[in-house]
Amino acid sequence: MTFQSIDAVWWPYLFIFLAGSVATDMWRFLGVYFAGHVDERAEILVFVRTVATALVAAVIAKLLLYPDGALAASPVWLRIGAAATGLLSYVVSGRRIIVGVAVAEIILLTGIVAA
Amino acid sequence: MQDTNDQYDRTAAWHWYRRGLARLFSVPALILMGAFTGFSGLARDAGFSVWQTEFMVLTIWALPSKVVLIGAILAKSTLVGAFIAVSLSAVRLMPMTVALVPEMRAKTTRKFVLYALSHFIAVTGWVMSMETFKDVPRACRTAYFAGIASALMASNMCVVFIMFKVAEDLPPVASAALIFVTPLYFLCSLWGSARERAGHYAMVLGLALAPVFHSLFPQGDILATGLAGGILAYLLARRHTAVTP
Repeated sequence: MTFQSIDAVWWPYLFIFLAGSVATDMWRFLGVYFAGHVDERAEILVFVRTVATALVAAVIAKLLLYPDGALAASPVWLRIGAAATGLLSYVVSGRRIIVGVAVAEIILLTGIVAA
Repeated sequence: MQDTNDQYDRTAAWHWYRRGLARLFSVPALILMGAFTGFSGLARDAGFSVWQTEFMVLTIWALPSKVVLIGAILAKSTLVGAFIAVSLSAVRLMPMTVALVPEMRAKTTRKFVLYALSHFIAVTGWVMSMETFKDVPRACRTAYFAGIASALMASNMCVVFIMFKVAEDLPPVASAALIFVTPLYFLCSLWGSARERAGHYAMVLGLALAPVFHSLFPQGDILATGLAGGILAYLLARRHTAVTP
């Protein structure tokens, strides 16, 4: 059964709910359940945070390396270079997110327009 | 305001709910709206209606899950295939929730409140809360988080509506720039939210290992990267603190 397989108004919503919402919320609910069984200062939370951080880093890497839509047309080295310079600018500017994002966007746009 | 202040007080809770709402006027919230502008374009180009897209925002909320779901639907995945792809990208929400909830709950907090609020956990709200909970009285942290959550969700549902109904087709350069906002914003905020040295190790390892695991197991690359990178980062940081206490 695919998104396109049932021609009814309710089917896309049911598909989004099952494949999107349930698949996402189950992890949040499981997190609340597990959190009920650990202390705030427990060492296990340091480990849990490193896994969470590495998981988000993996999502970021995929968004940069294998993007969807119009971004996919830009060269991969341009995206990596712009993102790396953006992160560096963020750290150097005293952790100002706006600086990191702006620097990376300027590099990306300059690269796309110049190409 | 002290951490030991566990007394529930309706006036104080409303005060902190409004303080949470006010976080709408912040750079991260603005950047998230930029990311949702890019997401709206992606959904519209993929053929989703405005109400289907709003339904996604309301019921899924986390941006990577929605992007992965759209990708799976475009690839004509089955319901089970799409479910697996979205689940794998959303696993990170579990450790994020385990880290957030102990800081959010007070002794009197009811379980269903935590379950209900957990639906709103995604990167932006998580980073905002982890940064500022220390300045919020413990009994008011759920109210404060609810404020952040309602402000972010309501504003981005408006962004989606406007992008579908008002905005003309964006030139490809503008769409590319908007789609690029999401990874950049995540990159900076993730670096900023790392509490310990282990967090920075985990981030660098996660970025470096993702393409490796993507070529090995494309279906489970995020999960594999998270586990391998997280375990390695934890061990590296332990070893470091053991050598130089």
